[in-house]
Amino acid sequence: MRITRTVAGRRRRTAVMATTGLTTVALLLTGCSDSGSDSDKADADGNITLTIADFGQFGYKEAGLFEKYHELHPNITVKETVTADEQVYYPKFLQQLNTGSGLADIQGIEVGRVKELVDTKADAFADLSKVVDVDEWVNWKALQATTDEGKVIGAGTDIGPMSLCYRRDLFEQAGLPTDREEVAAKVAGGWKDYLKLGEEYKKKAPKDTFYMDSASAMYNGVVSSGEEQYYSKDGKAIYKESASVKAGWDLAAEAADKKLTAGLAQFQDPWKAALRTGTFATVACPAWMAAQIATYAGDEFKGKWDIALTPGETAANWGGSFLAVPAKGKHVKEAGELVKWLTAPEQQAAVFKAAGLFPSNKGAYELPDVKNAKLEYFNNAPIGEIYAEEAKVIPAAVLGPKDGIIKDSISTQINNMEQRGTSPEKAWNAATEEIDKVIG
Amino acid sequence: MATTTPTRGAHGSRSGRRAPKPDSPGRQAWRSRLWRFDDKASPYAYIAPFFLVFGAFGLYPLIYTGWIALHRVEMISLDQMDWVGWENFSRVLQDPEFWTAVANTFIIGVISTVPQLLVALGLAHLLNYKLRASTFWRTVILTPYATSVASAAIVFALVFRADGGLLNWFLDLVGLGGTNWAQGHWSSKIAIAVIVIWRWTGYNTLIYLAAMQAVPSDLYEAASIDGASRWQQFRNVTIPALRPTILFTIVISTIGSMQLFGEPLLLEGGTIGAQGGTEHQYETLSIYLYNYGWKLQHLGPAAAVAWAMLALLLLIAAINWLVGRSVRKTAA
Repeated sequence: MRITRTVAGRRRRTAVMATTGLTTVALLLTGCSDSGSDSDKADADGNITLTIADFGQFGYKEAGLFEKYHELHPNITVKETVTADEQVYYPKFLQQLNTGSGLADIQGIEVGRVKELVDTKADAFADLSKVVDVDEWVNWKALQATTDEGKVIGAGTDIGPMSLCYRRDLFEQAGLPTDREEVAAKVAGGWKDYLKLGEEYKKKAPKDTFYMDSASAMYNGVVSSGEEQYYSKDGKAIYKESASVKAGWDLAAEAADKKLTAGLAQFQDPWKAALRTGTFATVACPAWMAAQIATYAGDEFKGKWDIALTPGETAANWGGSFLAVPAKGKHVKEAGELVKWLTAPEQQAAVFKAAGLFPSNKGAYELPDVKNAKLEYFNNAPIGEIYAEEAKVIPAAVLGPKDGIIKDSISTQINNMEQRGTSPEKAWNAATEEIDKVIG
Repeated sequence: MATTTPTRGAHGSRSGRRAPKPDSPGRQAWRSRLWRFDDKASPYAYIAPFFLVFGAFGLYPLIYTGWIALHRVEMISLDQMDWVGWENFSRVLQDPEFWTAVANTFIIGVISTVPQLLVALGLAHLLNYKLRASTFWRTVILTPYATSVASAAIVFALVFRADGGLLNWFLDLVGLGGTNWAQGHWSSKIAIAVIVIWRWTGYNTLIYLAAMQAVPSDLYEAASIDGASRWQQFRNVTIPALRPTILFTIVISTIGSMQLFGEPLLLEGGTIGAQGGTEHQYETLSIYLYNYGWKLQHLGPAAAVAWAMLALLLLIAAINWLVGRSVRKTAA
């Protein structure tokens, strides 16, 4: 039985009430914050508040962009609500999309979710194709947020070109080259070479250190360099046969088998703690990861980290986000203008300078803030150059609706191989079981 | 034997006040009918707010959850519901992870409830002695209950942390060597049970204490005249008198452990906590439900889990009731 559109409004309301009852606990946990309540009306002078809801780190606060926008447009105040964990943010966002209430004027979307929204929720977003100039972005980024009819539901913020972050001091102690060109040359043959370098490291490794933090970052790097990853071009889930998934999985199993990895689940507390104590030598490193390393490792390791080109010739992108404007918002026009401004070259460059999020807008690559950017924390690595070089050759990958969850399920099982010594077969079965549940 | 109540008119004239006009018989009948109606109906009006609120926020979502359980509903499109009948239930029941969650919930429930109630009983017995500053001790014992699940779980997560956790540091100090608490199948369950025990023991202690104070003191006097030791008094006077209370706390604790959510979720936190550990080693039914609905975004099976949990609770309640009845019979 299918419930017809005519009563959809009421159904939606009741569905919301029911789900609320179902998991009051979950809602309490996610801490339902009431956004948008004070942005409903403009006051007598035409002053409005635009709300923006995002997750993790978008870098606008760090770059002081909201204050700047207020200076340029004195009648507009921007208020940002940040949810730390995207996995908490997204279900809440979906609920708000379904009910049409509680949405901010601008909402952030992670790249792992964008395809799902393009496929099923395009109606709920304003078309940004007339607002922003899509041709300014790296082309694959624009394609990710565009529907078949050419509607653009989100403007690209950052992208995550891969590189290799490594510890100079640990490499030196292990008798490996420390210069970033030499390191890049060592791994130029691809991720196999990266593992070989790891075996060399292990022979003379400083006590209680590991070559890599987690094989899942390497796995992501491998998979992201493929054009077809979890879904085929015609929209079928092909993760079981996908060449890039298989290559990534086998490399991860090898790393676990050779005990080259600390087996830490990335972004969890023990991972942060290991950065603080400095117990691993390399991380497969998308652009946005550098900021995380600097934050959690702290001043003690300043200058001891460095960044080299990613292993192999194929570039890869991991992560990145979009800014979308819900169609039902109170200030769709103003929100669109803010999105255009925030994703323009100058502002993306400012965010890159302040928070290390690499621009998706090609115009920004020519700006001095990006072009000449050096990261002091990483021994003055010329990150602007490194990432821009990568970004231009990243293939336009096929995205699927459940990319994010599939990646997480596989990462968990890679973690089990490293940490518990689970056999690759058993781990793979556990991963596919979970993924089939997701897709089914 | 018929007793008559004096009419108001008669009463009024006797006290010397101005007598009201005698009511007409019809009006009097109306009044008494109103009186009787008021007498019978008002209590329902007084308790109605609870039932209205319960109906709106308890019963209705319960039934609607059942409705959702029979449909395919995705978080991404709540307005689209496709009838699938019992498919969601069979999907959940065939999922090995569901049975892992059932087993985990059961094991954590037992290893937290049993020690918790035993300790509470002992503490209540101690607090029942004449103590200096007894109110202080009683308050102190209740403080863990007043802390929120989240803060308790986060503090204990630090205690149980593998790397630099307080407990491992201590174990290391006495030469036992630490373990990765959250990762082990048993150690993670024990860790969660400890959080539960810490939070709820005081609550149960106070309930037991209240029940103990209601035991007539002459029973103890008689027992001590008969030469019963303290321990014998505890076993033969206190425990039998506490039977209904103990049953009550068992029911409450069972319901509580069935709903375990915050403690396992926050033991490791993040995405790992939300799936009950990398091998689901401490995934409870609530976590399973959360994972299905909020991570996998399939609300149909999640609703089916909610109903399965209700069925399990009713089953446990029925067993409790049967046990309780037989206990009462043997007591009588």
